[in-house]
Amino acid sequence: MKDLLAVAMLSGIYGLLSASFFVTMDAVDVAFTEASVGAGISTLLMLTTIAIVGRFERSQRHKPSLALAVTFFTGVLLIYGTLDMPYFGSPNAPANQHVAPQYLNDTVLGQDKSVNQVGVPNVVTAVLASYRGFDTFGEVAVIFTAGIGVLALLAVVRRPEEDAKIAAINESMHQKNLILRIVIKVLIPFILLFALYVQFHGDYGPGGGFQAGVIFAAAFILYAMLFGLSTARRVINQTLIQILAAIGVLIYGSVGLVSILNGRNFLDYNALSSDSIAGQHLGILVIELGVGITVTSVMVIIFFNFAGRLENREANESVTRNISSDGHVTKEKL
Amino acid sequence: MLVHLPILQVIVPLMAAPACLILGRPRLVWLFSLITSGIAFLISVSLLRQVMSAGTISYVLGGWSAPWGIEYRIDELNAYLLLIISAISTVVLLAAQTSIKKEIPKDRHTLFYVLYLLSLAGMLGIVATGDAFNVFVFLEISSLSAYSLISLGKDRRSLWASYQYLIMGTIGATFILIGIGLMYQMTGTLNMEDLAVRLPEVTHTRTVFVAFAFFIVGVCLKLALFPLHMWLPNAYAYAPSIVTAFFAATSTKVAIYLLIRFTFSIFGISFSFTTLPLQTIFLTLGLLGIFVASIAAIYQKNVKHLLAYSSVAQVGYMIVGYSISTTTGLMATLLHLFNHALMKGALFLAVGAVMYRVGSTQLRDFQGLGHQMPITMAAIVVGGLSLIGVPLTVGFISKWYLLLAAIENGWWPIAILILLGSLLAIVYVWRIVEAAYFKEPLIDREPVKEAPLTFLLPVWVLVTANIYFGVDTRLSVQVAQAASQSLFGVSP
Amino acid sequence: MILGLYNYWVVVVLMMIGFYIVIAQGNLIKKIVGLNIFQTSVFIFYISMAKVDDGTAPILADGISLYSNPLPHVLILTAIVVGIATTAVGLALAVRIKGAYGSIEEGEIQARDNQEC
Repeated sequence: MKDLLAVAMLSGIYGLLSASFFVTMDAVDVAFTEASVGAGISTLLMLTTIAIVGRFERSQRHKPSLALAVTFFTGVLLIYGTLDMPYFGSPNAPANQHVAPQYLNDTVLGQDKSVNQVGVPNVVTAVLASYRGFDTFGEVAVIFTAGIGVLALLAVVRRPEEDAKIAAINESMHQKNLILRIVIKVLIPFILLFALYVQFHGDYGPGGGFQAGVIFAAAFILYAMLFGLSTARRVINQTLIQILAAIGVLIYGSVGLVSILNGRNFLDYNALSSDSIAGQHLGILVIELGVGITVTSVMVIIFFNFAGRLENREANESVTRNISSDGHVTKEKL
Repeated sequence: MLVHLPILQVIVPLMAAPACLILGRPRLVWLFSLITSGIAFLISVSLLRQVMSAGTISYVLGGWSAPWGIEYRIDELNAYLLLIISAISTVVLLAAQTSIKKEIPKDRHTLFYVLYLLSLAGMLGIVATGDAFNVFVFLEISSLSAYSLISLGKDRRSLWASYQYLIMGTIGATFILIGIGLMYQMTGTLNMEDLAVRLPEVTHTRTVFVAFAFFIVGVCLKLALFPLHMWLPNAYAYAPSIVTAFFAATSTKVAIYLLIRFTFSIFGISFSFTTLPLQTIFLTLGLLGIFVASIAAIYQKNVKHLLAYSSVAQVGYMIVGYSISTTTGLMATLLHLFNHALMKGALFLAVGAVMYRVGSTQLRDFQGLGHQMPITMAAIVVGGLSLIGVPLTVGFISKWYLLLAAIENGWWPIAILILLGSLLAIVYVWRIVEAAYFKEPLIDREPVKEAPLTFLLPVWVLVTANIYFGVDTRLSVQVAQAASQSLFGVSP
Repeated sequence: MILGLYNYWVVVVLMMIGFYIVIAQGNLIKKIVGLNIFQTSVFIFYISMAKVDDGTAPILADGISLYSNPLPHVLILTAIVVGIATTAVGLALAVRIKGAYGSIEEGEIQARDNQEC
């Protein structure tokens, strides 16, 4: 396919489809995340990128036979590996036997006093935030890294007069979408409300800091899309949002440090309160908050920087056009 | 506080990174990063001493006991690598402030330090953790920051190099993820210690064989084993000098650590080396890597490229030692991890100093530098001698043990090939020396002054270490021996 | 036997489609799309492991005793986040490469680099 727009849309559809796979396989939390990430954020990023780099692919693929051979070999190896695997859905598979049942029973019955209980009905949240809380800390660090990485790659320092010029273009463009703007203005509070619900309901149903963060960010991104980046920039200060991203990570880490100071191991939430269940609840609440803050800010940072590049391009339209036509000429000569 | 050292080792740089972003002022951030890295170094020293005297340390995160929660497990091997990484990072950071002034735009300085610390934390996390999935998470922290750091290079080719590295690195990480998934499928656990206990029951299955294959291929992509090394030379050559010095000395070492940890401690030697023809495969690839990469190094026009290819060759030596799979062979590999970090750290930093003064690292721009930057070039000469393996340098020590291991096994041809590889090293090191001392400076290049003290100090710290550990081998040999013996002791 | 494993085989085929796109395509955006498909398929693979026949989503409730395995779900939640982080950085690189080289085709970029050397 030569049209990258179609490629991006199809990949979004693939994300949505796999989210529905996850639902049929009872992984609701994962489905929620995949739907917001695979079909939402990553498609959005791809569309923005395509808007910057151009919609159509030029060259042909090369050395497909070698690639085909490698792929074929890898695939056969994997299928060979599945031959000794337990059957799909088998409750007796080793994966479902050794460690996992503990998580389920522990939270229901809590008979095993030697292991602490989390006391959260959504087992995925319990494992994510408490048993394997350190993985989640790593995950927040990964997202933070991505935010900084995008910032390092794409951040543009703009002079104020350029900013004004771009703002003027935006103004004229966005006057047209009056109805959309009003609808979105009404919608945004509801989106934010929903995000808050997802944020704090993660203990009981599917949801949690990450999903909530993405929805929060979606609200800001919608706003930026319709009211123009410079207006959105006035609402959300860039330095502030970077500091917020950092603060989210620090909140998460500080919970761990507080447990150390209270004489327990890192991220041991029982240290937070005399009652272990209350401690676990408090710990999960605070770290989810940290996750939410970082994810929201990083998503906004990523989108703003991508869109900032796009805006620059639009503002320098004439200049860019010259360059790209030059590029074409040299290409044809080659 | 002593009990918490394993986690503090990783958490200190990991939390310092966002703190840096809040601090904002580049000078302040540099100082802060340097202090953070210094603290990490002190922690690793203390951890190594604890491990050497009291044995393996286990630290359960979140207070959940081992297979249910995530465990940090530090034995001699982990402590040894933590020490290498944090030491190199600290020394390299000394020169960072001066170096990036010329190579990275001013508004990116703070971000540079944030990414640097994240990458440091990622590598320390990979090494310290005792949980297979946690390895993947920290691998991604270190890789993502690595891609971004490399792309900060001045030349536009750094972008392309970084993109290629991103694709290869992510394929590698996804392979590792598949491998971990299959292992989990067959055992129901992610904890390394627990995996080692539960895997032997199922090693005969085809699934475990495939899990092993995917994991190994994924790691080999990361460690740039020939012929999966294509991403490395460009990534090292076009990254900012500081980044190159840091990564060349540490990042492939982390991948080798993973290889050793999974084959020796988790899958067990009998499975890794007797059931599979791993020994032959790695020996062949290692030797091929030494020769192909050394010969490629000889024909490079850019000194950074030259040294990067030499890095691929050095990985070859480590893999040869590893594939001999005796205590001495593994010890040689571990020694070379440490020694190679010292040489390449020194060499790339010295080249960074040249970059700072001359603004280029092309071989022809080195002409006449022997007189214009005598102290820096002397460092390069010593580093080069160490790379060749001349006695009284660290390079000699690791080559010596490698030869010893090969001869112990009666593998005379291998020993001779290793020596031949060193001859190739003489050729490419000579090319730098020849340009610097025996050729007249180019007319179109302005004469330059000696590098500033902020460069000379860290470079010479590393050079001195090259000589010191080449003469007094007690520390490195003792630790490497203990680590190697414990790896063989766990699974005889 | 065939029925018991077919699900994994479908996933393997999906994975390999993604993998093929990554290594065979020359367009930088397509490579990243391929990487996405590859990773998402690995996620499906993990979730397949967690499925237990007749089990429900692992949210505890009265009267239900069979749940699917929560651990792979947690791992994949983390992995999805890692995936989007990689995608973001990869696309940012593609944008910069377009700016620096004026192209996002592997062949053209390589050709321009070779010219310089």
